[in-house]
Amino acid sequence: MALAGLFLIVFLLVHLTINLFILPICENHDEIFSAIAHFMGTNSIVKTFEIVLMAGFLIHIIYGIILQIQNWIARGKGYKIANKTKTSFMSKYIIYSGLLILFFLILHFFDLYFIKLGLVEAPAAANIPHPHEEHFYDIVVYLFSNNLLYSIIYIIAFIVLGIHLNHTFQSAFQTLGLNHSKYTPFIKAVGTIYSIVIAIGFSIVPLYFIFN
Amino acid sequence: MKIKLKIWRQKNAKAKGKFVNYTLDDVSPEMSFLEMLDALNSKLILQDDEPVAFEHDCREGICGCCGLYINGRPHGPGEKTTTCELHMRSFKDGQTIVIEPWRAKAFPVIKDLIADRNAFDKIIIAGGFVSVNAGSAPEANSILIKKKNADEAFDSAACIGCGACVAACKNASAMLFISAKISQLTLLNQGKVEAMERVQAMVAKMDELGFGNCTNTYACEAECPKGIKVTNIARMNREFIAAKVS
Repeated sequence: MALAGLFLIVFLLVHLTINLFILPICENHDEIFSAIAHFMGTNSIVKTFEIVLMAGFLIHIIYGIILQIQNWIARGKGYKIANKTKTSFMSKYIIYSGLLILFFLILHFFDLYFIKLGLVEAPAAANIPHPHEEHFYDIVVYLFSNNLLYSIIYIIAFIVLGIHLNHTFQSAFQTLGLNHSKYTPFIKAVGTIYSIVIAIGFSIVPLYFIFN
Repeated sequence: MKIKLKIWRQKNAKAKGKFVNYTLDDVSPEMSFLEMLDALNSKLILQDDEPVAFEHDCREGICGCCGLYINGRPHGPGEKTTTCELHMRSFKDGQTIVIEPWRAKAFPVIKDLIADRNAFDKIIIAGGFVSVNAGSAPEANSILIKKKNADEAFDSAACIGCGACVAACKNASAMLFISAKISQLTLLNQGKVEAMERVQAMVAKMDELGFGNCTNTYACEAECPKGIKVTNIARMNREFIAAKVS
């Protein structure tokens, strides 16, 4: 659970870096983004790594659900008065933030990833020629430029992801036994900064298209 | 003080159980929480009703018997206190107090507010000891122990096994308890020898008994009457991983 989580944490940083090329951060940003998308879609090492990444997602999701079910069973009959112990808010509801992210992930796959793979057709109104993978930049632009609801769903999902990460980043280190009076405050601070960077960084793309 | 009570009553382990309301009109703020329950029981006995069964022994916060889940918190509203150290001045006049037993599949309720915590003993039997006879206390300087380790081992040994960690944990996990027992042994030379076998045996027993998994919410640390730290859980995880890969 923790190892798969840390693996996904690294992946998110790679994903975010690529995403930022959607924005006009340099002169030929769209060409760079398309080139990366093409490289990601064709390079055999990346394609192999994609399988490892999917395994990472599946292990994290399935193991998380199994643990949650075990934990509900472990309580048995619940309390009449819900627990009032002071803990960090999100840590109590981590499974729900995880499930929300899972729903978003499924949506995200159908919106973009499966279109890129050629499993799902791009929206007809977008007039994207085949193969879609070569016109991935146009698909992204079309998605965020034509539907405000999509952009809002994406931004909400990124905020939930940020909250999820704020707890789970330090949690992963604790699970692996890495808790030290000297380093844990630093790990917690890095986790908070990381989750803010992820939430804001990913949200910038839909926000850019909302305001342009 | 007038206190309204809503107490879980359950005839035996198999009975269904329900909440019963009681009112006490003459509660003194100086009374301890258990003395308040004693007063209630005296009243019930005089009325020919069955008194409320609750576990208690030393009444000075060291035996670990008196765990009650009071208004949504194990051991009630006090910080680092057991139920017996809680006083009625912590409550307001006219307040309703809901008292429940510990709830966990591994801690079945056997009567009213008494949960069977034998599962903790079974975990200790699985490995929470030093196999060799360590003899009587050796000469002070014959086994040198770092002051830091001695202090940490002593802090871990402060665990009274009350089960508040399990009661507070949203997953009914016993990892704070087990990790405290592991730490107090593994930090000292005599206990270090069997560290790998111990952690595996105790964790296996914990899983077998149906305790939940730790998701690092740290409610256990927040509610532990003895201030046991979750750094113990990290130590246990570290030892467990090391034992599994070695």
